[in-house]
Amino acid sequence: MPSITGVSAVDELPKPEGRGPFLTDRVPAGTGRLGDRIFGGTATGAGLLVIAIVTLIAGFLLSQALPALAKDKVNFLTSTQWNVDGTPLQFGIANLLWVTVLSSVIAMLIAVPFGVGVALFITQYAPGWLSRTAATLVDLLAAVPSIVYGLWGLQVFGPHMSGIQDFLVSHLGWFPLFTPSGIGAASTILTVGVVLSIMVLPIITALSREVFAQTPVSNKDAALALGATRWEMIRTAVLPFGKPGVISASMLGLGRALGETVAVMIILSALADGSAWSWSMFNGGETFASKIANNAAEFDSPQKAGAFLAAGLVLFLLTFVVNSIARIVINRSKAFSE
Amino acid sequence: MKTQSRQRFASITGVALVGVLALSACGSNNNTPTSAATTGGSTAAASNCPTGTLNGEGSSAQKNAIEQAITDFQAACAGATINYNPTGSGAGIKQFIAGQVDFAGSDSALSETPKAGATSIEQADADKACGSPAWNLPMVTGPIAVAYNVKGVAKLILTPAVTAKIFNGAITTWNDPAIAAINPGVTLPTEAIKVFFRSDDSGTTDNFTKYLKGSAPSDWPQATGKKWTGKGEGKQANAGVSNAVKATEGGVTYSEWSYAKDNKLSMALIDNGAGPVALTGESVGAAVGAAKIVGVGNDLKLKLDYATKTPGAYPILLVTYELVCSKNKDAAKGTLIKDFLKSFAAADEQAKLQAIGYAPLPSAVQTKVASAIEALS
Repeated sequence: MPSITGVSAVDELPKPEGRGPFLTDRVPAGTGRLGDRIFGGTATGAGLLVIAIVTLIAGFLLSQALPALAKDKVNFLTSTQWNVDGTPLQFGIANLLWVTVLSSVIAMLIAVPFGVGVALFITQYAPGWLSRTAATLVDLLAAVPSIVYGLWGLQVFGPHMSGIQDFLVSHLGWFPLFTPSGIGAASTILTVGVVLSIMVLPIITALSREVFAQTPVSNKDAALALGATRWEMIRTAVLPFGKPGVISASMLGLGRALGETVAVMIILSALADGSAWSWSMFNGGETFASKIANNAAEFDSPQKAGAFLAAGLVLFLLTFVVNSIARIVINRSKAFSE
Repeated sequence: MKTQSRQRFASITGVALVGVLALSACGSNNNTPTSAATTGGSTAAASNCPTGTLNGEGSSAQKNAIEQAITDFQAACAGATINYNPTGSGAGIKQFIAGQVDFAGSDSALSETPKAGATSIEQADADKACGSPAWNLPMVTGPIAVAYNVKGVAKLILTPAVTAKIFNGAITTWNDPAIAAINPGVTLPTEAIKVFFRSDDSGTTDNFTKYLKGSAPSDWPQATGKKWTGKGEGKQANAGVSNAVKATEGGVTYSEWSYAKDNKLSMALIDNGAGPVALTGESVGAAVGAAKIVGVGNDLKLKLDYATKTPGAYPILLVTYELVCSKNKDAAKGTLIKDFLKSFAAADEQAKLQAIGYAPLPSAVQTKVASAIEALS
């Protein structure tokens, strides 16, 4: 009898002389070797296509950015100038890099604990009807467009940040990260970070939820049988099992936070040229994505476009590096589990 | 089974709710502002209206004006469809040179000198793409208001020097002696001045900085251009700066007249040396009238005089041009462009633009534009 995959042990046995023809000899099964080849080929092709697209994007960024980088008169990584309109060409991404990294780090510091907590609640603590509702509601957060987040953050949520800002400034104002600046509380890096954390939360929650639900029941039962409380069971059985998944989810969320454009453009106040360098999270500024988007309509010379795409290239490399570190961490923790 | 049917019921209810919400958004499009729209819009006889589709792209400063003109033209000419995409002047010029659009809108005329990093000249490229000279036709004047939010100050007079110092960060409080000197009798509060500027590259910034440099060069030594070179906080687009001023006590910014009007912001009177002038259609028209035409023949490039001392002229404005080929490669499109621009430049259409925050072309310029349009083919 032909097996479902079209390959069976019968095919390998030597054929006895004079036997009648088997079904597999005459009829090529629809799900037989041809089906295997087609499916395998399609899957490989899809994988290669994705790799090709990423490589082509990297190639595009490099080809546009390198001429401008070659003509740059100041250090690309440490300068805060941005004169790309005429000669001499001077541009540097120090400001952009700091604002991008700071807003994303704030977003992750808030979103990861919250996201993991919500995922644990949904999978371990909540009764069935509540966990389904809560899961749907959190997923709805991902359906809200970024521009709506930007407008809400600027006009509704932002004004409430002034209380937090005053508190932090009065108690920790001596620390460079908390020095006050003249920017209104609704338009600071901190506000952007908090709104980004809300945007990133559904990604982390959804993926962590899936991972925690896959925890082997035997592990959980074993912990409980040994006398662990609910929290101890989670800490010893669920969390270690879910750690690679949570890290993957966080990396996806971080990718979104690093690349978020519209919400940042609307909320964050840009700084005038020549503003003094500040480490503060109460300052304004621009991220890579928002700077490119703000100026995209007026790329009227190849030099100018090249400078902005060089900034885009840095963002691309930053995300790549962060993802690689995450992959290494995941692989190492997998080696020790199970 | 019970949960399955309950789930099905819930999902059907969900779909029904979404459908009701979506269908409730359908309604009639009552966008024509005045009742005279349908009668006054047909300046060309409706019977010999050309049909076809036009694609235009470019300046976002003239977006509201050109959308109004398109609505009126399409109401008069049922067979014509005109699409305008406000992607920015730079993008519009690029697409026009590449031959991807039939006309472009731009805050500045095609340049005659090469841009940084490029070797070609925009005007020459456009002439080559058209196969005939490309003309810059001024169509929409967008006044730039200096909008502020200061409690208790209903009327504020500013001179070019004081304006430059405010936007440069040299004057930092509202009750500074320099401001008090030109506003006798007005009690100015002690709060700090919060300047908001355009964080995106913009024609409004370009023209505002050109005004500051042209009328107060010693107080505004920085460069002019689409990128802001003064001080303050950057917000995105006209909407962003206007909203920011509305929400911030002591805020001041430069923005399109229509946005300042929509947000009900107070606008400063500008004293260029001939007395304080309020922002009205006529005062802006007077400033456009004082401009020089530097284009040759039917190419009507204007050179605005920002230091003008014409009495009653409001000097801060930008003029958006429609870039067209003088002889279109496609004759049918050429006729459609000609008719559309004729209706756009007509006196009654221009007068209608005032209601949405633009100033009509003064009659001297309007007649020149009309005769240039007649010469299109």
